Amino acid sequence: MSKERIKISPDLYDIMPSDYQDLVQSATYGKEDRGWKDIGTSKELIEQHSLCAGCPESMAFRYILASLPNPEDTVMVGSTGCTSLVFPMVAVHNIHSLFGNQNAIASGLKRALSVRFPDRVKDVVVLAGDGATVDIGLDMTLQAWFRQEKFTTICFDNELYANTGGQESGLMQKGFVAKMAPVGKLFDKVRLPEIARESGCHYVVNCTVSKPSLVEKVIRNSVLIAREIGPTYIQLYTPCILEIGKNSMEGLQEMRDSEKPTERFAYKEYISEPAKQLLAELAAKDKERKAAAKQLAGKA
Amino acid sequence: MAEIKSHIGTQNKKGQTYTDAWKMMNEAPRNPSFYTGSEVIKEALRRASCDVMIAYPITPQSEAAALIGELFAEGYIGDYFRGESEFAVMSQCAGAAFGGARVFTTTAGPGTMRAMENFPMWAGARLPIQMIVTCRGINSPLSIQPDTIEISYLLNTGMLVWHAETAQDFFDWILKGFMVSEEPEVHLPLALCCDGFFVTHTKDVVNLTPADMCLPPYDPYRSPVPCMDMECPPVRMMRDPFIMKSNYISYATHASWQQEIWAAVERSRKHTIKWINGLIETENTDAEVVIVASGTAVSQGREAIRLLEDEGVRCGLVKVKSLRPWPGEEIREATKNARHIFVPEFNVTGWLAKEIKATIPNSERVHAGPHVCGGMTMPPEIIVSEIKTALGLRSESLAGRGS
Repeated sequence: MSKERIKISPDLYDIMPSDYQDLVQSATYGKEDRGWKDIGTSKELIEQHSLCAGCPESMAFRYILASLPNPEDTVMVGSTGCTSLVFPMVAVHNIHSLFGNQNAIASGLKRALSVRFPDRVKDVVVLAGDGATVDIGLDMTLQAWFRQEKFTTICFDNELYANTGGQESGLMQKGFVAKMAPVGKLFDKVRLPEIARESGCHYVVNCTVSKPSLVEKVIRNSVLIAREIGPTYIQLYTPCILEIGKNSMEGLQEMRDSEKPTERFAYKEYISEPAKQLLAELAAKDKERKAAAKQLAGKA
Repeated sequence: MAEIKSHIGTQNKKGQTYTDAWKMMNEAPRNPSFYTGSEVIKEALRRASCDVMIAYPITPQSEAAALIGELFAEGYIGDYFRGESEFAVMSQCAGAAFGGARVFTTTAGPGTMRAMENFPMWAGARLPIQMIVTCRGINSPLSIQPDTIEISYLLNTGMLVWHAETAQDFFDWILKGFMVSEEPEVHLPLALCCDGFFVTHTKDVVNLTPADMCLPPYDPYRSPVPCMDMECPPVRMMRDPFIMKSNYISYATHASWQQEIWAAVERSRKHTIKWINGLIETENTDAEVVIVASGTAVSQGREAIRLLEDEGVRCGLVKVKSLRPWPGEEIREATKNARHIFVPEFNVTGWLAKEIKATIPNSERVHAGPHVCGGMTMPPEIIVSEIKTALGLRSESLAGRGS
């Protein structure tokens, strides 16, 4: 998409909603070095949302949308859950269809876009909760990876079914007492990051969203690797403060506590050999570009 | 947005000429060919300018789905792959259609049932996907034999539903189906059904359009809803998501959208009538006895009528081609002279007879039967016997049916 396409006819300008006017004036579509630092100085690609006050998922959404390398040509796929309350307010095309079929939708979508736009980049990014990714949709999650579909899968892991009121999920910790786990969950948290690696993902990261710069790097890498090489998987801890009995201001601390070296969201990363090579090439190009810019600035 | 232009007269990469669909289907010369139903599906797809086909094995559609794979290998289809289950395949079809592709798939029996959650979603999202349903049994114990009960589950999904009798219907309706489905005021999925094995695995002479002509490509920017390709402004879709909201605006929004889907089914009526030459076909509807049927039950009905004529009983015929949109008015008119209406069906519940009873006055005229199911054939003699018994005529006893 060219930014030209979202411009408003001058005759209709004053009747357009102010959030759309802002989008045209100061959104970062097409900005080469876009990232989380644009937050506060530009129009974000997420408008107001209806998540709970202090929900870490809302932070995750903002960082991810600020970090997409190519939002003007990115289509996102969601699933049912808390994320589906946010997507209607997101200024990139996004699809909600059923619960758990997000990686199947993305497979068809990516292929259609490749057929229709063979000479252009069109990124596809899946963003769904842990119930959708690991429980009801696991088959389609894995099969998309086996087929080496070229899109990114992001899982918001809050370790339970939040939107239906806190039921047990496959990514819940063993022993946690929840609805539908009345005596505590009886089996271990499913090790999807390891399964992702074995299933053919070229870039796998398990972390929290406590550090926006880290989220930015991970999201950017995952989209660029998926575009060129094959599937990537990002599992982000976005605790449901409501269901684990925390207050609105305690989400960030919960994430910091859970990412300590011995905890379950300690930063873990896997990069395949071809993906490492790509990242090295991209880093070299980036360095070259920055040096050229510096030289140009020096001359000026 | 990609430039909208006419492709008519230009060539695709296989050297086929994009041809005005009406001219291609109604004026171009036809070439008689001796093919199985599965091969006919392949030949229709060769001419369909299809962007994405997604396949999954299930009898009796596996052969057709694999043959379309050969078309992909030859370069006639944009992309093709085997999905992991029918539920996934129908979601993959949805993803491709959301992305602006002309999408085709095939399924049957338990596969149709497994995928069912997708179909109201397809209709609600206004995705003009075409799905071939080669009907077979869905019951336990396992059966792979012909049985049309799965059609009844499709009738309330918001999809268009047509029921082909012959391989010729199939060839023509696949191509014409895209034209009806993709009308901006329709823009709904089509379930194009046939009776498995009877149509898919038998050979018939089918008149094909020239292989060097194909349909114009699908234009996703004629869709009544935005194509998800980031080629049009990504406006915020709604101020609050309607899901989870228990208020009048939420209810009203969902209610009006459901009504809009069914209004779109209704608006497909005139296009369906134009393209497949009416929702029904009739013969001798001035007779007191009329058979109303769909699919291969129509062929068996024709044979029964011939046998009855030999015995001096005159009988009319109504072939129901489209089930959604439902030809209520046409069936009322075609049966107005009938004192007895027989509805032979290849399923145990008699869903077509129920639809007809709900449509016509004096519905006690409807004899819901004969029924066969579980893969049984329907010899015309069974239909003859049913009719003669109802008319109080002496009927030869048939094996297994008592006297």
